[in-house]
Amino acid sequence: MNGIPWLSLLIFLPLVGAAVLLLFPSGADRAIRRWATTVALAELAVSLPLWWKYIPGQTGWQFVEQKPWLPMWGAEWHLGADGISTLLVLLTTVITAIAVIGSYSAVHTKQKEFYAALLALEAGMIGTFFAIDLLLFYVFWEAMLVPMYLLIGVWGGQRRIYAAVKFFLYTMAGSVLMLTAILWLYFHHKALTGVPTFALDAFLAMPLAAPVQLWLFLAFAVAFAIKVPMFPFHTWLPDAHVEAPTAGSVILAAVLLKMGTYGFVRFAIPLFPDASHQMTPWIVSLALIGIVYGALVAMVQPDLKKLVAYSSVSHLGFCMLGLYAMNSQGLAGSMMQMLSHGVSTGALFLLVGVVYERRHTRLIADFGGLWKQLPVYATVFLIVMLSSIGLPGTNGFVGEFLVLLGAFRSTTAQVTIPLLNLHPTWGNLWAMIAATGVILSACYMLWMFQRVMFGPITHPENEQLSDLSWRERLVFAPLLILIFWMGAFPQPLLDRMQPSLDHMLDIARQRSVVTQGALVPPASPLHDAVVLAASPQGGGAR
Amino acid sequence: MNVIPPPAFLNVDWWALGPILALTIGACLLLLTEFLPSGPRSSRAAALSLVTLLAAGYAVFHVRDDRRLLFEGMFVHDGLTVFFTLLFCAIGVISVLLSWDYLKRIRTNLTEYYALMLFSIIGMIVMAASNDLITIFLGLELMSLPLYVLVGIRRGNLESNEASLKYFLLGAFASGFLLYGIALMFGATGTTNLSTMAAFLSDSPMIHNPLLWIGALLVLIGFGFKVSLVPFHMWTPDAYEGAPTSVTAFMSAGAKAAGFAALLRLSLHVLGVAHDLWVPILSALAMITMTVGNVTALLQNNVKRMLAYSSIAHAGYVLVAVVAGGRDGASAALFYLAVYAFMNLGAFGVLTLLGKDLDERVLVSDLAGLGFSKPVLGLAMTVFMLSLGGIPPTAGFMGKIYVFGTALNAGLIPLVIVGVLNSVVSVYYYLRITVAMYMEEPRGEAVPAIGGWPSMVAIGLTLFVTLWWGVQAHGLLEQAQRSVLSLL
Repeated sequence: MNGIPWLSLLIFLPLVGAAVLLLFPSGADRAIRRWATTVALAELAVSLPLWWKYIPGQTGWQFVEQKPWLPMWGAEWHLGADGISTLLVLLTTVITAIAVIGSYSAVHTKQKEFYAALLALEAGMIGTFFAIDLLLFYVFWEAMLVPMYLLIGVWGGQRRIYAAVKFFLYTMAGSVLMLTAILWLYFHHKALTGVPTFALDAFLAMPLAAPVQLWLFLAFAVAFAIKVPMFPFHTWLPDAHVEAPTAGSVILAAVLLKMGTYGFVRFAIPLFPDASHQMTPWIVSLALIGIVYGALVAMVQPDLKKLVAYSSVSHLGFCMLGLYAMNSQGLAGSMMQMLSHGVSTGALFLLVGVVYERRHTRLIADFGGLWKQLPVYATVFLIVMLSSIGLPGTNGFVGEFLVLLGAFRSTTAQVTIPLLNLHPTWGNLWAMIAATGVILSACYMLWMFQRVMFGPITHPENEQLSDLSWRERLVFAPLLILIFWMGAFPQPLLDRMQPSLDHMLDIARQRSVVTQGALVPPASPLHDAVVLAASPQGGGAR
Repeated sequence: MNVIPPPAFLNVDWWALGPILALTIGACLLLLTEFLPSGPRSSRAAALSLVTLLAAGYAVFHVRDDRRLLFEGMFVHDGLTVFFTLLFCAIGVISVLLSWDYLKRIRTNLTEYYALMLFSIIGMIVMAASNDLITIFLGLELMSLPLYVLVGIRRGNLESNEASLKYFLLGAFASGFLLYGIALMFGATGTTNLSTMAAFLSDSPMIHNPLLWIGALLVLIGFGFKVSLVPFHMWTPDAYEGAPTSVTAFMSAGAKAAGFAALLRLSLHVLGVAHDLWVPILSALAMITMTVGNVTALLQNNVKRMLAYSSIAHAGYVLVAVVAGGRDGASAALFYLAVYAFMNLGAFGVLTLLGKDLDERVLVSDLAGLGFSKPVLGLAMTVFMLSLGGIPPTAGFMGKIYVFGTALNAGLIPLVIVGVLNSVVSVYYYLRITVAMYMEEPRGEAVPAIGGWPSMVAIGLTLFVTLWWGVQAHGLLEQAQRSVLSLL
C-alpha cells in the first residue's frame, strides 16, 4: 500500500467541498452547480482506486487506517474496506455524482445549501460504510440523518415537514437501542479482557452467550430493519420518497436503504450468529411478507413515485431473504441485488423526476401515450424498468436469481403440505413465495409502463413535452451502461464481494461454534449452504 | 517578650480562595463605579466584570493541581472545585458577553446586574467547594438571592415580576427543606462536615437511623428544587420564561451545575455509604424527570419555555450519572454538565439576539425562515439543537454516551433504556426549531436580529466548543476524570 489515506480522503473531500460551497454568494447559481459537480466528480475519481487497488482474493480489511480518537474510551478513527464496503462506496460515489448533475433543473431555490447538504450526506454515507470502529460507525450513521432530513424537509413537496420528521424520528428511535447494545458490548469486552475498545474485530473475537445475543441482536436488528425497511417498519419510506426532491429520493433508495442490509451483513449476523439463526424464521417471514406486500401495494399506487417506493420495499425483501438464506449464493445474491437496486431504482426515480419537472405531476392517470412524444425517454424507461423486473441480461436478474437459488437451498428441514402430500423443504417454500414477487413486479411495472407510455395522448398538456435533453442523456448513460454491464459480466463484482461475504459467513459460523459447540463443519462445499440453517434448533422447521 | 501570632483568619491559603476574592473585589468595585457618571449605553460594567471573571479563572487555574482543606475542613480545594470554578467562570464570561448588547437593547443596562451575576457566581463556587453542609447552604443562598433579583430585574415588566416572585417563594421553601434536612442530619450524626459524616457512617449502626434518612431526603428535595428535578420543577418554566433571556441562559447553565456539584459531593460522601438505599429513589426520580421534562416540552410553543422543560429533562440525564455513582458516574456528570452549559448557553444566546428593542421574539413561529435569512445564526442554533438532542457529531452526543454508558456499566439497564428512548422523544421538539428555521416561510417580515461583537464572540465560542467536544472530546474527558480522582 502506498501512503495515501484513500478512505479518509473520500470522507473529507465532500465535506470540505460542502464547506467551501457555503462560502459562495447565494446568487451565483452557475458557479455553485459547477463547484458541486466538480467535487462530486473528483470524489468519484478518488473512489476509483478502490476498484483498481483492491485485492479481490484477500479476506480481511484493506486500505486500513487507524488513529487514536478518544484514547480513554479506546475509540479509534478506524477505517477499513472489504469487498462489501468497496462496492457500496463505489455505488455511492456514482449515484451522488449523478444526483448532483441530475438536480440542475430540479432545484431552483437555495441551491448552495442544497448541494452542500448533498455532499455532506455523501461524506456521512461513505464514513458509515468504512467505519470498523462501532462508535465511529454510529457517529456516521446518525450524523448522516441530518443532511437527509434537511434535503427532504427543505426541498421536498407538500407534506415535506411531516415526511422529514418522520424519517428522522423513525431512524433515530431504532438506532438509540443499537447504541445501547454497542455500549453493552463495549463494557462486556472491557470486563472480559480489560481492554477498552470499540473495534469490530475485537467484538468478533469475543464469545457471547446465546440469550444475551438475542437481546443485542434485537437492538441491532430493529435499527437496521427500520433502515432497510422491513415490512412492519416500512411506513416512513413512502412518505420520505414521495416528498423528497428527486436527488434525495435517488440517494435514499440507492444508498441509504443499503445501510440497513449492510448493517445486517457486517454487524448483526457475524456478531450474533446464534441469535440470527434463532430469528431466521421471523426475519425470513417478514422479508417474504415485504416482497409480496410491497409488490401488491405498488400495483395499486396512482402515483409513480409511490409505486417505485413500494417496489423498493419488495426488492429489499429479496436482499433480506438472501442474507438470511445464510449461504454463499444467498449472500452474493443479496449483495448483487443491493447494487442493482441502487442503480435501477435510482434511475427510476430520476426518470420520474424528469416527467415531474416537465408536468409537475406524478399521477399515472395524467400521462398516457408518452412514447410518441418522448421516444428516447420511453426507451430509457423501458430498459430501466426491465432491469428492475429482473430481465435476464440486465443487472436485476443476477441478484434475484442468486437470492432465489440461495433461499431454495437454505435449509433441509422439511415441511409437509397436508392435502397434496408434498414434502418440500422450507427453503423451497421460501423461494416459491419469493418468486411470486418477481412475477408481481413484472405485473406492476409493465402495467404502469403501459398506462404511461402507450395508448393515445389523453391530456393535451402532454403534447408539448420535450424529450430528454443532452444533459439528461448524459445522466442516464452511465446508469444504462451499468445496467447492462452488471447484467452481462457480473463476475468482477462477484469476485470482489464473494470472498468478503464468505469471510463474514465463516466468522459467523466459527463464533456460533464457539458459543454452542453444536454446529458441524460442512460435509462438502455443496452443502455448506445448509449448515447454519440446519443446526439443532432447526431454522424454520419447528 | 512573646511574639504575638498572626490571627488565624489571616493564615489561610490565599490562592485557593483566589477566585472568590477576585469576584468579591470585582463585584464591590462594580457597585462603587455605579456612582461615577455613565451613559445608558456604557459598556464599563460589562467590561469590568469580564476582567474580573478572567482574573478569577486565572487564579484557580494557577493552583489547579493541589488538593487542600481550608477553614478547618469546611472548604476544600480539589479537582472538583477547580473543574467547577473554571466552568462557572466560563459560564459567567459567556453570560456577560451575551448580556452586553442584550441589556442595552431591552434598556436594562444596570451596573448592579453584573454585580449580582458575579455574586451569584461566588455562591456557585462556594457550593462546589463546600465540604460542609453549612457552607453548602451558605453557597446556595449566595447563589440564589442574586438570581431572584436578576430574574425580576426588568422592574416594569409584569411577567418578569411574576417569575421573580414565584422563583423566590418556591426557592425559599426549598431552602427551608434543605435547612431542616441539614438539621436532622446533624442530629443523626453529630456533624455537618461531609468527610466526618462519611467516616462516622461507614462503621456505624446509625446508617439505618430514620432521622438521618429523612434528613437526607429533605436535603435532596432542596437540591431537587435548585436543579429542577420533577416533581420539584414547577418554578422552572415560569422563571425561565419571565427572566430576561440572558439571565435564563446564565441560571440554566450555572445554577444547575452548582446544584449538581453539591449533590455530587454529598452523594459521593454520604450516599455512597448506603448506595443500595438510594439507587431506587434516585432512579425513579431520574426516570420521572426525563420523561415529564421531555413530554411537556413537546407541547410548548415558546422556545424559552421549551428549553426550560428541556433543561428539566437534562437534569434527569445528569441524575442518571449520579445514580451510576462512583468515580465514573461523577466524571460523567461533570462531563455532561460542562457540555450542557455550553450548548444551552448557545441556544439561549441565539434567542437573546432575536428581536428589536423591547420586542422579544421567542416563539417557535418567530424563528421561521431564520436559517436562510441569518445563515450563521441558523446554523449555530441547529448545532445547539442537535447537540441538546444528542445527535453526533456534537458534544451532546458524547455527553449522552458517557452518561448512559456509565449507567449501563453500573447495571442500570432499565434506566438507560428509558433514557435513550427519552432522547428520541426530545429530538422531536428540537427538530421543531430546525423545521421552523429551514422549512417554514417567515410570516410577514423577517425576524430582526441584533449582533454586536460580544454576542458574536459568545455564540462563536459556544458553537466551537459544542462542535469541538463532539469531534474530539479527549481533553474534556481527561479533565473530567482527573477532577474526580481526589474524591472518595
